Amino acid sequence: MSEQPSVKIAVRGLTKVFGDEPKPALDLLREGATKQAIFEETGLAVGVADASFDVLEGETLVVMGLSGSGKSSLIRCLNRLNEPTEGQILLDGTDIVRLARRELLALRRKKYGMVFQHFALLPHRSIRANVEFGLEIQGVKAEERAERSLAALKQVGLEGWEDAWPQQLSGGMQQRVGLARALAVDPDVLLMDEAFSALDPLIRRDMQQELVALQSRMRKTIVFITHDLDEALFLGSRIILMKDARIEQVGTAEEILSRPATPYVERFVAEVDKTKVLTASAVMRRARSLAFTTDGPRTVLRKMEEKDLGFLFVVEPDFTLRGLVRDDVALAAAQRGEKSIRSIMETGLAAVSPQTPVRELFGLLAESSVPAPVVDDAGRLQGVVARASLLEGLAENANGGSVPDEPALAGAD
Amino acid sequence: MDIPRLPLAEWIDVGLDRLTERFAGATKLVADLMETAIDGAVDGLMWLPPWVAILAVAALAWRLAGVRTALLAAIGFALLWNLGLWEPAVQTLVMVLIATLVAVSIGAPLGVLAALSPTAYRIIFPVLDFMQTMPAFVYLIPAIPFFGLGPVAAIFSTVIFAMPPAIRLTTLGIRQVPADLIEAADAFGSTRSQKLFKVQLPLAVPTIMAGINQTIMLALSMVVIAAMIGAQGLGGEVWRAIQRNEAGMGFEAGLAVVILAMVLDRITQGIARQQAGREGP
Repeated sequence: MSEQPSVKIAVRGLTKVFGDEPKPALDLLREGATKQAIFEETGLAVGVADASFDVLEGETLVVMGLSGSGKSSLIRCLNRLNEPTEGQILLDGTDIVRLARRELLALRRKKYGMVFQHFALLPHRSIRANVEFGLEIQGVKAEERAERSLAALKQVGLEGWEDAWPQQLSGGMQQRVGLARALAVDPDVLLMDEAFSALDPLIRRDMQQELVALQSRMRKTIVFITHDLDEALFLGSRIILMKDARIEQVGTAEEILSRPATPYVERFVAEVDKTKVLTASAVMRRARSLAFTTDGPRTVLRKMEEKDLGFLFVVEPDFTLRGLVRDDVALAAAQRGEKSIRSIMETGLAAVSPQTPVRELFGLLAESSVPAPVVDDAGRLQGVVARASLLEGLAENANGGSVPDEPALAGAD
Repeated sequence: MDIPRLPLAEWIDVGLDRLTERFAGATKLVADLMETAIDGAVDGLMWLPPWVAILAVAALAWRLAGVRTALLAAIGFALLWNLGLWEPAVQTLVMVLIATLVAVSIGAPLGVLAALSPTAYRIIFPVLDFMQTMPAFVYLIPAIPFFGLGPVAAIFSTVIFAMPPAIRLTTLGIRQVPADLIEAADAFGSTRSQKLFKVQLPLAVPTIMAGINQTIMLALSMVVIAAMIGAQGLGGEVWRAIQRNEAGMGFEAGLAVVILAMVLDRITQGIARQQAGREGP
């Protein structure tokens, strides 16, 4: 159903080697040498090695890795604060690596907004003047600047602070100003470099939630750098995990958690509380059998017998979920000689979406005698989550994708 | 030894002679114009009754640097007046201010250049080391053929002597602007000049002000030395005291230099603080 989002930035074979003579490092990279080996042999620092990925329109792509993994070098290549050594960066189809300086400046002005780890507010400018900075660089008239900076400050909840100075604000507020400054130019792409890493944990949580809320309204394309897996999982539509200048895995939070591509990713994600990020789609199972709205009570009873079930979910021929029939009610209807199950099915089921976090399923299933049906946006049944499959799913994911064989879990339903 | 002595002195002399021949017309003209300007400024200030000038300086000091500096200026300048050193003090002050103006208007752009271009840095900074370690008296000698004896030659050698801190601290001020602010300016698409005028220079102002303060102090000390080539002012008084072997008179003139130095120092520091104060509370 969901339409395919278009690619905003396509990065192909991007390599960044620091230094004026990168050739030896490039040769070694092609032979597959590691960042450490190259540094020992040539003294050259590899920032990014042969990175290829897409940034989709309107998504929050999180680039995650420990310090030295190359994530900051990578984000700086996107607006050429770091000059890429090799590779292409196609923004809306244009290779920005080839742009002349004048075009590059125009691109930075119009397409990008950047937010920095230590805020990088200008201490000699008031909050208003800081937020106006990007517009001033573009040559926007004072009147329009004032209007747009106020609107941006309003977006981040800092109305009334225009005339304050950066030093007067707390860290969290300063970063809101940093965000407002980036938003004021109405960029296509927001680059956020460890934007919340310098904040206290609680403030940080607030800012993450606020960014998610803002993003649900703005639908900007965001590239967000972090070293914190929890933050990555919370914010990211998709996550890129980097190690030693190379990309280890690209995927959704769930994919990274449930199917780590490499042992490194596996170790990295071992710490996470999976219930926070796993969603219904990761733990749902195909329904073993289904009743159709066109079925009669006898057909339904036979289906239940076949699979040894006490109930069936009722769907339209196009799998739109309609309700549920139980065996006792179906038997009574059959004895009364009714021809349709429409009159006997229970409707108004509490269905969940594939994106529902697993932790919300626990409460739901605890109160219900039947599994939770999972439906897509159009109301079509995608699968079901039973208590047993929930626990199995969690156990499976905890074992990195292998099938659980613990007897305790097998008998848990 | 048969290695002949290097005729370094001869080379310099010949070089200077050539330069003088070629440019003397122009430099003499500059000297005349400047001397007129200096005389005009001194005459203007001398036309004011000293007590009016003292009140004006005290008021300026109050505005720029607070009540203590204002008191210092009032009492100090009154003492100069009382000791009969008013006119030489005014002459010295005018020469210091002109020399500082020239030194800063050449030095600050050079400092910016050295901060932005590594090549310029590699050329300018060794020259600064040379300028600062060469004994100050040496600058007096070539000044004479170009500008003749008098205040303009004094100002010329003073500019050379006093310019290095203006250059050095401008470069330092620009170089110590935090890297992430530069990055922010770049990320929003600033041109080099936007970056310079909107980010680097404003943030370098306190450091540049410290450089100007040092330039003024150096200019003051050099203007006194330059009395040897006919600059008048307080240096002339000191020079006369040396020739006549009058320690008391030398002390009075020296004290006047100290007073001038303190007042100028406090006022420029006050300006620097006000500049810094504009960056919020």
